[in-house]
Parts: sequence; C-alpha cells; structure tokens
Amino acid sequence: MDLFGIPAPLLFGQVLLGLINGAFYALLSLGLAVIFGMLNVINFTHGAQFMMGAFVAWMLLEWLGIGYWGALLLAPLIVGATGIIMERLMIARLYKLDHLYGLLLTFGLGLIIEGLFRNEFGSSGLPYRIPVELQGAWDLDFMFMPVYRGWVVLVAFVMCLATWLVIEKTKIGSYLRAATENPALVQAFGINVPRMMTLTYGAGVALAAFAGVLAAPIYSVNPQMGSNLIIIVFAVVVIGGMGSILGSVLTGFGLGIIEGLTKVFYPEASSTVIFVVMALVLLARPAALLGRS
Amino acid sequence: MTIQRRAAFGVAAALPFAGARGQAAQTIRIGVLNDQSGPYRDISGPSGVQCALQAVAEFGSRGFNVEVINADHQNRPDVGVNIARQWYDQGVDMIIDVPTSSVGLAVNNVAREKNKAYINTGSATSDLTGAQCSPNTIHWMYDTYMLAKSTGAAMVRAGGDTWFFITADYAFGHALERDTGNFVRGAGGRVLGSVRYPFPATTDFSSFLVQAQASRAKVIGFANAGADTINSIKQAAEFGVTRRGTKLAALLMFLPDVHSIGLETAQGLVLTESFYWDLNARTRAFTDRMRPRLRDVVPNMASAANYSATLHYLKAIADMGVAASKASGIDVINRMKAMPCDDDAFGAGTIRLDGRKLCPAYLFEVKAPAESRGRWDYYKLVQTTPAEEAFRPIGEGGCALVRS
Repeated sequence: MDLFGIPAPLLFGQVLLGLINGAFYALLSLGLAVIFGMLNVINFTHGAQFMMGAFVAWMLLEWLGIGYWGALLLAPLIVGATGIIMERLMIARLYKLDHLYGLLLTFGLGLIIEGLFRNEFGSSGLPYRIPVELQGAWDLDFMFMPVYRGWVVLVAFVMCLATWLVIEKTKIGSYLRAATENPALVQAFGINVPRMMTLTYGAGVALAAFAGVLAAPIYSVNPQMGSNLIIIVFAVVVIGGMGSILGSVLTGFGLGIIEGLTKVFYPEASSTVIFVVMALVLLARPAALLGRS
Repeated sequence: MTIQRRAAFGVAAALPFAGARGQAAQTIRIGVLNDQSGPYRDISGPSGVQCALQAVAEFGSRGFNVEVINADHQNRPDVGVNIARQWYDQGVDMIIDVPTSSVGLAVNNVAREKNKAYINTGSATSDLTGAQCSPNTIHWMYDTYMLAKSTGAAMVRAGGDTWFFITADYAFGHALERDTGNFVRGAGGRVLGSVRYPFPATTDFSSFLVQAQASRAKVIGFANAGADTINSIKQAAEFGVTRRGTKLAALLMFLPDVHSIGLETAQGLVLTESFYWDLNARTRAFTDRMRPRLRDVVPNMASAANYSATLHYLKAIADMGVAASKASGIDVINRMKAMPCDDDAFGAGTIRLDGRKLCPAYLFEVKAPAESRGRWDYYKLVQTTPAEEAFRPIGEGGCALVRS
C-alpha cells in the first residue's frame, strides 16, 4: 500500500522517528516553558545547559567511573546546582526589567559556557556509549527500532506528565502558579517567593541537563550540540504558547512528526518547516495554541 | 596564545606604521583564516595555526622576517571575504587554510582580484582547481575528486555497486556527491537515490538512514563532514544499518572525527586521507616536533597541510626575493609551481599548472579497539594511490589556465 507515493510502512516508520525527535523537543521546551511561566525569563542558556548535561555524563563516566544510570540522576542535580548559582548571582537581578534583558543575559551566558567547553574539550566531540541494558533493536520488519530510542520516548513522556502534574495538581504547584500571578500577595502569605523562583530555575535547568544525558549516547557530545536545538525548541515554546506547559509538550511531539514527514517529502526544508508553522500559528492566533493572551 | 580576530585586525592595521619602512618591506605576512569556534575547529583551528608557526620556526631566518596572524571566519562566506579583503589591503601577503568550501571559493575570488597568494588547505571542493581555478591559488592536500576516487572506487571494487547518498546541502556536499557518483557509475555501479539535508541545522539522521535502507542500496555514502559525519555514523550503528549487510562510506573523515566516534563504533570504516601521523618515519618525526605546540593532540591532514604549504611558500619567497614576491601574487604561485616540494609531513611532491598540489592518497581502515595501542593509534593502511593517479586528470577539470 502506498500513501502519497511512499510505501505505508516506511511512512509509519518516519512518523515514529518524528515522535522520538519530538520527545527531545518536548523535554527541552518543557524546561523552557516552566522557567518562562514562573520567572518571565526566556532562558537562552537552555541549549548550553542541555550540552552541559551530556558533558557531565561523560565526565562522570571518564573521571569517576559512574555510568549512564548514575548520570541520569546526578548530572541534572549538578547542572541544576550551577543553574541555581547563576540565578542567584545574575538572573535574579533582571526580574523587574523587560524580557529582553533576561534574553540577552542568558544568550550571552550560553555563548560563554559553550566557548569554555570548546576551549577545554575541542569541537569534534566525545564518545559516549549506549548502556548495555538498552543496546540492541527491535526488528519491526519495515525498520529497525533501536531499544534506546523507545526508552527516550517513554522517559520523556513520563517526565512531561510528572512535571505537568506537579505544577497543576500539587500544593507546591499552586504556590508557583499563584506567585506568577501576583508575587507580592503570595509573599504576604509568608511564602518565600524568591527562593521558590530560584528552585524553579534550578528545576528547569535540571530538565535540560536530563535531556542532555538522554541525548549523549545518540548525538555527538560536542559544545555546539545545544545551539543547534535551542532555536527549534524556542519555536516550539512560542507555538505552544509562551509558558504553557501542556502547549509545549503537545507542540514538541507534534512538530517532531511534522519535521519527520518533511524529511521524507522535501528534506531540504526540514529545518525550515518548524518556523513556517510558527509564522502561520502566530498569524492566525497571536496568543499561540494554548497561550495566555 | 591565539590572536583573536579583533586583535589580529589591530596588529594588521598597525603594520604599515611599525618601525622603519625598510624593515616592513622585509617582512612576509601570512594570515591563517579558519574555523576557530565552530564544527571544524578541531580539524585545523588553533592547531592549524600552530602548524604554520612550526613551519616558520623550522624555516629560520633567511634575510627576512615572517609574521603569522590568524582569524575566525565562522564558516560564513561574508565574514571570510571581509577578513581576506582587509588583510590583503593591510599588507598580508598570503592567506592559508580556509576550510568550508563556500568560504574557500569566496576567498579565492578576493585573492585573484588583489593579485595576492592564496593556499587553500581546508576546503574540499574540486572546483578550486576546476571551473573556478585561479593563477593566484594552490589547493593543497585533498579534494572531493581524490576522496571519491580512493574511497568510492575501493567500495565498488569490494562489491558495493549500488549507492544511496546522504548529502549536506551546500557546495561541498554537492561536489562530493557528484564526484563519487561519477566514480560509482564509471565502475559499473548505480546510484539509487540521495537526500540533501539542511546544513548545519541537522542533528538527527535516523530518518535519512531509514530512507537509505529502504532503497536497498548496498552502500550508504555520507557526503558530509565533521559533527554531521559523526552523528550519521553513530546513528547508523544504533539503527543496525550494517547488521543487514549495508556498508557505510564516510567520504570525508579526519582523525579527530574517528576519535570522537570511538573505535567501538568506528571500527572497520574505510576512509581516505593524504596524511597520517604514524604513516612513516618522517611523519612520526614531524609529529614529535609538533608535540610541544599541540599538547596531547596529533596533527591531522588539514593542520599538517598548513605546515607543508607554509614551508614551501617560504622556500619560494627565499628563492625569488621579498620585493619580487610582494609585487605579484601570481609570480609567487608560479615560482611555487616551478619548485619541487619536499617536507616531512607529505614527502616529495609537485604542484600542477591548475594549482593542484599532488600527493598520494591513502586508503585507511579504522582499527578495532583490540588492535589499537592507545590514543590516536586508529588507522591501518589498506591501499596507496600514487600522486599522479590520485587526482582528477589536468585536462578534465575545465580549468582555464590549462587551456591557455
């Protein structure tokens, strides 16, 4: 059976691959959306923090002998801690100013971090292997489906769901949402709003680092690995509605699929299609899919 | 240690006023223009600058001074052209390196317009000595034709007669796909299809790999470089591409790329280079001399070419005199073509009328982890194509210098 001149199984395979890439977009845009939603800062350091996650995984393995599973837990904590320091020292000073200041600061910090890693580790990258437990592939007849990619989709999905539940359904989540609406009032109730914002930033950064560890075995672990993704992920957040968690997650997966199909029908445009979608969505619905107007 | 672009401009701008005019006239200025901050940084970048400096140090003092400055072209033709123009206007006599074919071709035009010397060691496109050849330009250690002939023909001989290309969508990728496709067809093989993906914004190649597998081609040819090649090969291993008997052809791969993939995944790949640090006694001696400058890295084909080309350039200057060399870039290039080359990195060689430097092409196979004796011990030599046969025959490139 053919669909649009492409054998149907091949097309399904491509949709599946798109979904896997979408999982990365969703996971990264999730952190970006959490940070923007709570702090009103467009965190352009996110790509560098994703890269740091992958590098910390490599360092843990090479220097301390801690493997993939340990890194999955430790790398987000370590990188999250650097995020907390950054927030306290620099980003916290910009909350009262226009978004642009936060964007410029985080963009600059991202470039600096990338440069430091490039100076230390070079640009061509470091090897990181798929953990033994997740090696191998399922033969789906029309294609090989690596076990590791299935794992990525599963973990990303669970992570997105958990983050959404924490923010929408728990008491801490309700504090966070309230603090976004009216920080002064929440502070008046005796809740330490600045600390909450610091921890939120740390958590958003930890999510980026978590995605970085997931990416390390399949992408080249190099200093510019995050800058390739950050622009796409930013577009995902814009389409999903700035700060909307559900919007980012759904858009992440959806755009992964759209990009995947573009890679079959017109590969030359596969890096542009996301921005075409972004332009169309913004024209039709300036508040984006699930955004607050 | 490295002079950044801003500093480099400062130095270059101050040059005409520095010291007595007579002394300035006795100084040869070399500008190393390459990628210092992007995907090709490890291939030449700071190590490429160090190799040029090593050549200057070994050449010694022969009645004139030599200065080396460097800058980052960020892989953007507009940036590269601006720096090249500024450098040439401010007294730089020769520009060297310039990876990324789109930038390499753009700077080629500037050198010709200003009648200065230009030695390209970094770009792969064979058009530099073909349709776009120039009397001001020498192309040093490799090109897409040589890679295609060595790797492509070897794969077809080994039974890989149907191909699918995964190609970076810019000048270099197109040239490499075209040249390899010609060899495959010439050897009786067929090209079953190709995808051109956006460069440099692509990190996931799984979709293209699955398309390539669906074509049932026996060989998947990667017409790309750097991080793209690394990602392609890592993901091909992940998707079990080779388990179904499909072979991978990394049409352009440098030693640092293999280092990055790791031998576990890279073992068995065949690739072509014209320099390997452990090739013979002379290359090992050169590598030993470079050690203090490069720390724990070894020179690769691109950075070693900067050494080789700088040395030959300085020999030509010594031969013709500084004043004559400053008068015309074409004369310097012609003198370099007239003199035989010889250095530890590439051995004896010659430069053809169309600007092609001739050197042997070595087909290497990547060692298995058990065969490697340690860091950087990655290749075993499979086959050598002699210098005279390695490159496109001079009459077939369409270079105007050859017809006249």
